Amino acid sequence: MTAPIEAREPTLAGVTGESRARGDRVFFALTGASGAFLVLLIVAIGAFLVAQALPSLRDDSSSFLTTKQFLPEADPPSFGIAVLALGTVLTSIVAMVLAVPVALGVAVFVTQLAPRRLAGLLGGLVDLLAAVPSVVYGLWGVAFLNRHLQGFNAVLHDQLGWIPIFGDTGGRYSKSILLAGIVLAIMVLPIIAALSREVLLQVPTPLVEGALALGATRWEAVRTAVLPPSWPGIVSAIMLGLGRALGETIAVALVLGTTPEITARILGPGGNTIAANIAAKFGEYSSAGRGALIATGLVLFVITFLVNAAARAIVLRSARRRLA
Amino acid sequence: MKVSRPTTFAGLLVVGVLTLTACGTDDNGTAAGRSSIDCATGDLKGAGSTFQKNIVSEWIKSYGDACAEASLDYQGIGSGAGIKQLGEGTIDFAGSDSTMKDDEQAAADATCGSAAVHLPVTAGGIAVAYNLPGVKDLQLSPRTLAAIFQGTVTKWDDAAVKADNPTASLPSTAVTAVHRDDSSGTTKVFSSFLAATAGAGWKLGADKELSWPPRVQGAKGSDGVSQAVAAAEGGITYVEQSYVEGSTVLAAAKVQNAGGDYAALSADAVSEALADADTEVKGQDIRVKIDFTAVKGDAYPITAVSYEIVCSKGKDATKSALLKSFLTYAVGDGQDSAEDAGYAPLPGPLSAQVLTVVTALR
Repeated sequence: MTAPIEAREPTLAGVTGESRARGDRVFFALTGASGAFLVLLIVAIGAFLVAQALPSLRDDSSSFLTTKQFLPEADPPSFGIAVLALGTVLTSIVAMVLAVPVALGVAVFVTQLAPRRLAGLLGGLVDLLAAVPSVVYGLWGVAFLNRHLQGFNAVLHDQLGWIPIFGDTGGRYSKSILLAGIVLAIMVLPIIAALSREVLLQVPTPLVEGALALGATRWEAVRTAVLPPSWPGIVSAIMLGLGRALGETIAVALVLGTTPEITARILGPGGNTIAANIAAKFGEYSSAGRGALIATGLVLFVITFLVNAAARAIVLRSARRRLA
Repeated sequence: MKVSRPTTFAGLLVVGVLTLTACGTDDNGTAAGRSSIDCATGDLKGAGSTFQKNIVSEWIKSYGDACAEASLDYQGIGSGAGIKQLGEGTIDFAGSDSTMKDDEQAAADATCGSAAVHLPVTAGGIAVAYNLPGVKDLQLSPRTLAAIFQGTVTKWDDAAVKADNPTASLPSTAVTAVHRDDSSGTTKVFSSFLAATAGAGWKLGADKELSWPPRVQGAKGSDGVSQAVAAAEGGITYVEQSYVEGSTVLAAAKVQNAGGDYAALSADAVSEALADADTEVKGQDIRVKIDFTAVKGDAYPITAVSYEIVCSKGKDATKSALLKSFLTYAVGDGQDSAEDAGYAPLPGPLSAQVLTVVTALR
């Protein structure tokens, strides 16, 4: 901090029009090549996955899209994506429903309401949470949270059993979908909170002060001046979190009790997720089974792609609406 | 909170430490041809069955302690993968819970340049582990087990369970049956047992993976299933014996054998089942066939044999000498550590048979 900062004039004197054009061309070539490389990489990964998956898919004796069981090494092989794909989406939805409100609450509190020192502490804690490896969350979920959540699940079913998602699970509350959702929620919380915080920090202070000066309460100032311009950034943050939830392997493999059924009763075990299924089975499978797992990986690829596309559409539309 | 769950891990750890430090002093007189280790030199790589991994690791450690010039390694990567690697020539011996299929045998023979042979080296019981506080000595017949693992018995006070346990007071706790989610030799042994003994009551067949009904939930690996059962009151699963012994929450049910007796799981009960099993010897190849429908008396019915698959005539003389020396120890004095590690020692006649073959390896 002691070194004096030199103010430098941009030295354009020696740059001729011709050399600037050449510089631009080199710059364009370099950045363009990076972009092209990325496209090539994704195409190559996609092609590899398809090539690995095709033989197994050809041998599949039942419909890949609608079959619930996953027995690629049976004779004849019979496996499908139905349970895995819906389970992946369901656990992620549960996770997002739990994580997003809390994450936004943290972000708003840290940026708008908290005293500076507390805000720094909270922000640091959130970042710390993001650095914990997922297997730790998984072990904590299965060894600790699972025991304590069972009683809660039972009470929830007794009181609110008429709501379909809290429906009867045959008295089984251990390793529930809700447990997987909570563990995932804790994992995505820091991502969404940290990114949203950065977005909210971009809101110009005068805007907030203006709202307050006009007699708005804190809540009104946040609602009218802070959240609307931040919305696209928050959606991006949520989508990054959702991406982690969809692709989480080992934590879900540890905490979710898997069954070959499509169920939305979140208080009991049920379903499975694509990534957890791969984590559980890849080791023992031979090429036929691995091909089948890779096929499911392709589906996850597609799901993630669709989710990202949807997110972009939302961001674009809200940006347009704000401009209009 | 009655029992703290971390004790499960602590328990496993303790068992692990005990097995590592046990020096095999208890003499149960089952191993033949005992002698001190006749050391060889060089290095040897094996891989395969996770079922036998604990005892093989122990043998490797004891052997390494006695023979500083030798270096051995065993990776638990699954029986199928081990056999595959043996066929590809990347390892020197494969551990497997099942015998090789014809194409696997052909690949192994070709790589060996001689016949690849199966040698039984250890055996173990598959425990039916349950978590029901207050219910000791649960007894289960194959038919009841089949019903539980097909999701038709959903409460512990079901009539079928009561019929097996006339004197026990059973709670109405929900049954949480847990199966191995990964492809597993343990699943194959367990389902083979039910297919052989439960008759029409078992409809899922016998394989490493089954088409389980929704009522039964999956978990990954032996750790996963035992943890799932330890965490859920009313849980039940099938898992290697050592996972029950290392736990404060799990108990092993007595399983009814073909003789109609409810047999408790112990090393002796497993050895007894082995002693009655058919041994198929073809040249140097030894295969043990346990007839689940012929197990009686105190013998524990859900028993599995684990093999080492080796070249009857190795290409590398140094490696062959080391393999021979190591296996001589394993099926001889090494059997003494079986019980502490959660396995059963081979019965005397069988280990003598295997030892004869090992001596003839070249």
